[in-house]
Amino acid sequence: MKTIFKIFAIAAAFGLAPAATFAQATAPAPAAPAPAAEKAAPPSDSVSAASQAAPAQPEQVSDPAIANIGTEEPSDATVANATMASRATPTPGIGQPDGRMGFQDQVTDIGHRAAWFHNWILLPIITIISIFVLGLMLVAIVKFRRSAHPVPSRTTHNTFLEVVWTLIPVLILVAIAIPSIGLIRAKYSTPKPDLTVKVTGNQWYWTYGYPDNGDFEIVSNMLSEKDAKARGEPRLLGVDERMVVPVNKNVKVIITAADVIHSWGVPAFWVKLDAVPGRLNETWFRAERPGLYYGQCFELCGARHAYMPIAVEVVTEAQFAAWIASKGGTMPGAAKPASPDATANSPVSNPAAAPAAGGTEATPEPKITPGTATPPVSNQSAATSRESN
Amino acid sequence: MTDTTANASHFEAGHAHDAHHDADHKPGFFVRWFMSTNHKDIGTLYLIFAITAGIVGGTVSGLMRWELAQPGIQYLEAWAGSGATADEASHLWNVLITAHGLVMVFFMVMPAMIGGFGNWFVPLMIGAPDMAFPRMNNISFWLLVPAFTLLLGSAFVPGGTGDGAGTGWTVYAPLSTSGHQGPAVDMVIFALHLAGASSILGAINFITTIFNMRAPGMTLHKMPLFVWSILVTAFLLLLALPVLAGAITMLLTDRNFGTHFFDAAGGGDPILYQHLFWFFGHPEVYIMILPGFGMISQVIATFSRKPVFGYLGMAYAMVAIGVIGFVVWAHHMFTIGMDVNTKMYFTAATMVIAVPTGIKIFSWIATMWGGSLTFQTPMLWALGFIFMFTVGGVTGVVLANGGIDDNVHDTYYVVAHFHYVLSLGAVFSLFAGWYYWFAKMFGKMYNELMGQAHFWLFFIGVNLLFFPMHFLGLDGMQRRVSDYADAYAGWNHLATYGFYLVMAGMFFFFLNIVWSLAAGRKAEDNYWGEGATTLEWTLSSPPPFHQFSTLPKID
Repeated sequence: MKTIFKIFAIAAAFGLAPAATFAQATAPAPAAPAPAAEKAAPPSDSVSAASQAAPAQPEQVSDPAIANIGTEEPSDATVANATMASRATPTPGIGQPDGRMGFQDQVTDIGHRAAWFHNWILLPIITIISIFVLGLMLVAIVKFRRSAHPVPSRTTHNTFLEVVWTLIPVLILVAIAIPSIGLIRAKYSTPKPDLTVKVTGNQWYWTYGYPDNGDFEIVSNMLSEKDAKARGEPRLLGVDERMVVPVNKNVKVIITAADVIHSWGVPAFWVKLDAVPGRLNETWFRAERPGLYYGQCFELCGARHAYMPIAVEVVTEAQFAAWIASKGGTMPGAAKPASPDATANSPVSNPAAAPAAGGTEATPEPKITPGTATPPVSNQSAATSRESN
Repeated sequence: MTDTTANASHFEAGHAHDAHHDADHKPGFFVRWFMSTNHKDIGTLYLIFAITAGIVGGTVSGLMRWELAQPGIQYLEAWAGSGATADEASHLWNVLITAHGLVMVFFMVMPAMIGGFGNWFVPLMIGAPDMAFPRMNNISFWLLVPAFTLLLGSAFVPGGTGDGAGTGWTVYAPLSTSGHQGPAVDMVIFALHLAGASSILGAINFITTIFNMRAPGMTLHKMPLFVWSILVTAFLLLLALPVLAGAITMLLTDRNFGTHFFDAAGGGDPILYQHLFWFFGHPEVYIMILPGFGMISQVIATFSRKPVFGYLGMAYAMVAIGVIGFVVWAHHMFTIGMDVNTKMYFTAATMVIAVPTGIKIFSWIATMWGGSLTFQTPMLWALGFIFMFTVGGVTGVVLANGGIDDNVHDTYYVVAHFHYVLSLGAVFSLFAGWYYWFAKMFGKMYNELMGQAHFWLFFIGVNLLFFPMHFLGLDGMQRRVSDYADAYAGWNHLATYGFYLVMAGMFFFFLNIVWSLAAGRKAEDNYWGEGATTLEWTLSSPPPFHQFSTLPKID
């Protein structure tokens, strides 16, 4: 049935780009999840349950910001009763592919903005242009076929027309370029991060370092087909150790690689950045909805390129603290002095940290100032784009 | 040795018939085909070579589509041979994608367009007796044979995880250096060196020929658009390929002589390789499509029975595309972590290319407008080209936006985009040229019914094959994977059916060749009639072995 629908869609689309538009409206988005807020369960239980698991940071719970987040967020049952760590199950249609004809549901501001730009500016424009060209061709084919129009004209120039079909595309492109440039600027304006995660691509797995939280590192391998099935996770996407981040927090991601080039991408966050040996690339996201979001390696990196998925679990602040504790880490401002080495004040772009050795973990972000952040090793943190919000 | 070297008397009006040799006297088989200095024979060799490579590259894509028809690994392990590990099977996948890309780009599209149709028709269209450097022309072709042999051979020597080079056609370091032990990648590099040398020699030959050997009265602004397209392409080749040659030589020394150009551990930079590669690679995509633009212009004008609309705009649009094509390369690298201003620049510059491309699309339609259209096979391919290239072009505008590319980079959306402009653009124009000139080259008319069957099956097939890839890409399916999340199964399944249709279409292509050569009607000089106005139609079909012993005069 689904296949028939797809065949129909393709047939309708035959060269007709609008198919994408129709499809986006009519695609049988499986089990479109209710907005997160509606499902929100009484949050106090989950928060307290989680906070009990993080005895090291009792003051975290009393932080008003976190309390607010807690009241807004759904509590996934799995997460709430997991005392050791979170283990959310994936929501169908969220954070993972479902065979639709458009982008995955976005859960970041940049993602909303970019998807809107694509769906409501770019897609209509390219659809109209394609239909316009097709229409002109069909009219010419019908109207000027030999039986209907036996004597060809000899017209070979029309300056006015030529100027028009040069200038109108220019105007259309300017209309596209302005929001496009704005989108790039927004994407590059890393806000003050609440958390930094260092991502390292390896053949063929990811490691996630938490320099703000005691500098521990977790290794994330793909689940075998059997394990994925047992845990209710999609094949080729589930991992054993997820990257866990708090909801509604600015997460700065520092990306590098240990061997060859990989690319760390999570479609639902509108994030994709290459992991290049010898470079520290920087990007960020702020996920607005707890849940589980899958991604993959997007740069050919050898035999198991298809088998190094990414899973990011977005949880409440309290759950995050619990997870950190379960990994033996610390929350900043809490038990900070425990490991002075881990919080040494070396800027992330310290030239000494440049090689891909991987042993030199980045340190808390506030140390990065425009003045020190732009040596060749971290070229993405262009000072011009940094806003001080 | 042979009588193919230019004899002064051939060039003198009125002496042609007194010349010692008849214009149609041909040397013996070996000398004719293996030591050729005749642009038409070399063109034919190129076309045979391109068809052979097309069969190889097409077979590889068939293997890939077959494997991708269902999620999970179905056939790779069997293809990798008994006792192959799962990693070796996955490596084989990477070898297939690498081979498909390199074979189609360097050994199918380029030889067919520039070597095949360029060699055949540039001298004919400008009224020249042959290319400027006939022997260099021959070595251009024969360099391709060892190049292709090296590339194919690389699949059977150790690469990284298994046999063959699984680096992708881009051969990115460090996957191609530290990631690939063994001689496979070295063989690929040598193959590219030879193919690149072949193209550079060809480019020199075309530029010299077009600048110096036009018939009296044929000014640059009277040249057929196909000749313009080859001229611009030759300049792109001449400027871009040396950069590739340098880049892959650096790769070679990184691999074998301990240099660290692209090795971060030694102070090098993997991104440098990408800049060098794409400085070549982006002009390369225009190298693959510009001659197609030229052919489509000839075909549309012929079947509209009307001169090309806006000739000067068409010619200089190609020049503009060639120039701008050199300053947009980093849009292939939007996710390397580039500076924000760099990204904005490459976004804006890339979109600019849409303007001259739009001029061409609209001029083709304006050429049809007011014409007297007939729809033989070449025209069908040309019409298919215009629309499919438009679709591929507008998705290119989407991808040009660095902020959008952040999500669709290296997904199937990109695969869909470049197959729409290449598999449905460049290849459609090749087929348009093939059917347009088939009888001119070989003297026998193709079979119209089979030609149309070829077109419709191929047209429906490629759309079924590539259109769903847009959806896969938007939904996040990454490129270059042998296995994918189950959610992508539906579209992939559909795409594989598209490939079967393409195969059915190609059956008619080959059948048509055999049938036409064996039983085709003998073609007259100008079998397309009043619309075909360029110089090749003033000659017999096929043209004499040596043409224009009396140079034509253009008013």
